[in-house]
Amino acid sequence: MSIIYFLIGCSIVLALVFLLAFFWAQRHGQHDDLYTPSVRILLDEDSPEEEKK
Amino acid sequence: MATKILTPAVCYHCGNDCVEEHYVLEDKNFCCVGCRGVYQVLSQSGLCNYYNYNDHPGANRARLDKRFEYLDEPSIIADLVDYTDENVTTVTLYIPYIHCSSCIWLLEQLNRIEPAIFYSRVDFLKKQVNVRFKNREISLRQLVELMYDIGYEPLISLQDVVKKQTLGKKDNLVKKIAVAGFCFGNVMLLSFPEYLGLSEYEQTFKHFFGWLNILFSLPAAFYCGWGYFTSAYHNLKNKVLNIDFPLALGIAVMFIRTVAEILTHTGPGFADTLCGLVFFLLVGKFVQQKTYYHISFERDYRSFFPVSVQVIEENSEKPVPLADLKVGNRILIRHNEIIPADAILLKGDAQIDFSFVTGESLPVSKTLGEVVYAGGRQMGEALELEVVKPVSQSYLTQLWNNEAFTRKQDNRMQTFSEKVSKYFTIVLLTIAFGSLLFWSFTDFQRGLSAFTAVLIVACPCALALSTPFTMSAALSIFDKNLFYLKNTAVVEQLAAIDTIVLDKTGTITVGGNSNLTDYTKLDDAERQLVYSVCSNSGHPLSRQIGDYLGKQQKLPVAAYQEIAGKGITAQAGEHHVLMGSCGFVLGEKNPFNLSTEVHLMIDEVYKGYFSFKHLYREGLEEVTGLKDQYQILLLSGDNDHERTELAPYFEDKGAMHFNKSPQEKLDFIQSLQQTGRQVMMMGDGLNDSGALKQSDLGVAITDNVNNFSPGSDAILDGHSLSKLPRFLKFAKNTVTIIHCSFLISLSYNLVGLSFAVTGKLSALTAAILMPLSTATIISFTSIATHVAAKKRKLL
Repeated sequence: MSIIYFLIGCSIVLALVFLLAFFWAQRHGQHDDLYTPSVRILLDEDSPEEEKK
Repeated sequence: MATKILTPAVCYHCGNDCVEEHYVLEDKNFCCVGCRGVYQVLSQSGLCNYYNYNDHPGANRARLDKRFEYLDEPSIIADLVDYTDENVTTVTLYIPYIHCSSCIWLLEQLNRIEPAIFYSRVDFLKKQVNVRFKNREISLRQLVELMYDIGYEPLISLQDVVKKQTLGKKDNLVKKIAVAGFCFGNVMLLSFPEYLGLSEYEQTFKHFFGWLNILFSLPAAFYCGWGYFTSAYHNLKNKVLNIDFPLALGIAVMFIRTVAEILTHTGPGFADTLCGLVFFLLVGKFVQQKTYYHISFERDYRSFFPVSVQVIEENSEKPVPLADLKVGNRILIRHNEIIPADAILLKGDAQIDFSFVTGESLPVSKTLGEVVYAGGRQMGEALELEVVKPVSQSYLTQLWNNEAFTRKQDNRMQTFSEKVSKYFTIVLLTIAFGSLLFWSFTDFQRGLSAFTAVLIVACPCALALSTPFTMSAALSIFDKNLFYLKNTAVVEQLAAIDTIVLDKTGTITVGGNSNLTDYTKLDDAERQLVYSVCSNSGHPLSRQIGDYLGKQQKLPVAAYQEIAGKGITAQAGEHHVLMGSCGFVLGEKNPFNLSTEVHLMIDEVYKGYFSFKHLYREGLEEVTGLKDQYQILLLSGDNDHERTELAPYFEDKGAMHFNKSPQEKLDFIQSLQQTGRQVMMMGDGLNDSGALKQSDLGVAITDNVNNFSPGSDAILDGHSLSKLPRFLKFAKNTVTIIHCSFLISLSYNLVGLSFAVTGKLSALTAAILMPLSTATIISFTSIATHVAAKKRKLL
């Protein structure tokens, strides 16, 4: 059963990685604007014909 | 290219009806040259997709005034940009017009029009665009002009509110919630085995889990929960007992007991309750922080004034930042510009609209040599003035710096939870020490355990959460109905008020939207004549007459002359038309005149007049209909020429007060408060700002929340005025909901206490009780608020 020690260690390390990833995202302003990206993704790239016009 | 035709159409750019003139380009209709110009710019750059995402996404561009010379001033640029070096500049501009996906798309394509722009990013909720550009190739002014050309004029003001807001919000709350959530999750996982029972040979795990739990409780208690300790300490120092004290006490006791139990192997400790408590408390705090990115409640005169003013020096104009304006400077004020400092009128016909500063509804004319006070808006031709006082000492600014205006508000009422938590703390401590005393005669160990258990189980987590969750639900309901409250405490103030004071100009009257009554008898040919003449004029009254007469074929108009403040003379077809004020048309003034009138004379024959009456804001009846429950008063800076029209709304004669200066308004509110009234002031202009501050609840009314409004506790969109009675009732419901949820959390506390006082509180009971009570409170408050809003038809 001593494998439990190892498994718990792994799970905590993994959770820590996620926590740090969250901090990183927070510091880089990924949560500053939670609305605009949801609209932006729906806007199409221009088709080449449009460019020529 | 552009031809004028006469079929009704909708402008392709802004969606307005093409009423007067009408332009066609590439089979598309445009209502004005401005809209067509924007379309041209976009089509040349291949950006016509703009029109594909939404119908008519553009802003109407009938008014063309492009004046950004001041953006060439290095000192102004330095104030505005975020970052600059020799090559690149980054600037964040606030654009109130941003409203749809087309706006985002177009503003993010700026570099296709101007390659010197690296990128532009839109933040939709904040209505900001962040632009990075090569400053050697285009200047800030060119950038702003480009935005102006495509229909997105940035709002540049002295007091950059938006930037301040983003700076002010830099606490670590989100970070703390993340840490607390992390600890909570892990501790829960590690505590389960113990609750489910560990067999004899698994006892080594117990110690391992215990040590890990202590490790996780450390950041939860001392990083995430640190705010409660400091707050409790400061409050105790000021001899105030607020809810943070029992919370901090609970956290501390839980931590100490957890460590003690684990070290002595006497129990599993309360690590999961501790982490859960801190996590939920922080979430409650987060919910309470409602931020409206596009609204500012703290605006003052500086955001009302322009950034710079045109100064005339040796026959040339130069933009000068307002702060550098000196006594003796000659300034040029054009149509629709604000006079920033007290000045003497040197040249031009001054028609100054002081409605925002004094509440007077009609423009005031000034003669040469007269002193014009700051804050007025010139309506008409350009003026030349000489500054007599620096901006910081003008009449308006002085008013603002008046002690009463700047005084910190300390007469705000206590919120319910503040009142209750005092007694709560006292009772809690009494029970805790009581049980300690009771047991310590027989078993000191048990007494200690009962004492700590009481502090743990009665820790007012649910109590601390009931207010934030109810209030934030209420706030979002108000928000949906275009009523924006500064913070959650305002809801309770709204429920407590008993007197409503209304300002007149701008608050219950709507600018430029008067009701026209026709006292002329015109045949169709004469109507056409009048319409043709009126369509030449930009004066609001001429516009209204034009609208009233309806669309007609226009006759050629010659010898057109508009005398500001008086009237128009013109030759239309073969007829001579004279229209304007009584004195202008008939040569004599009518002293008994109460309403605004436009008299008409065609070919020297008097044809009667059009009379204009103020139209009151929709919803005024509903508000004055509250007079059974509330005392309703009118407080206006204007003269009393509308007294008779307003009389039906304010039956009580003493309810209407006219000719009040800003200071008198403030004093009036104060005198009401001294008689024990809870006053809500509703106003819109700078002249109300003192009264808004003094009142228990200041509400600024505005037609456009992005426009300037004075500092206040809440901002109400003018369209929602009719909902005010329902808002007031809903606020009262909200307070009742808080009382109920308080009772619920108290009953949970009683259940917990019945375990705790015996000294036999198991960790499992605490671990179930705490999240259960929290979940009950959160669901109860959100459902109850929702139901109350439905009942008041606010959802």
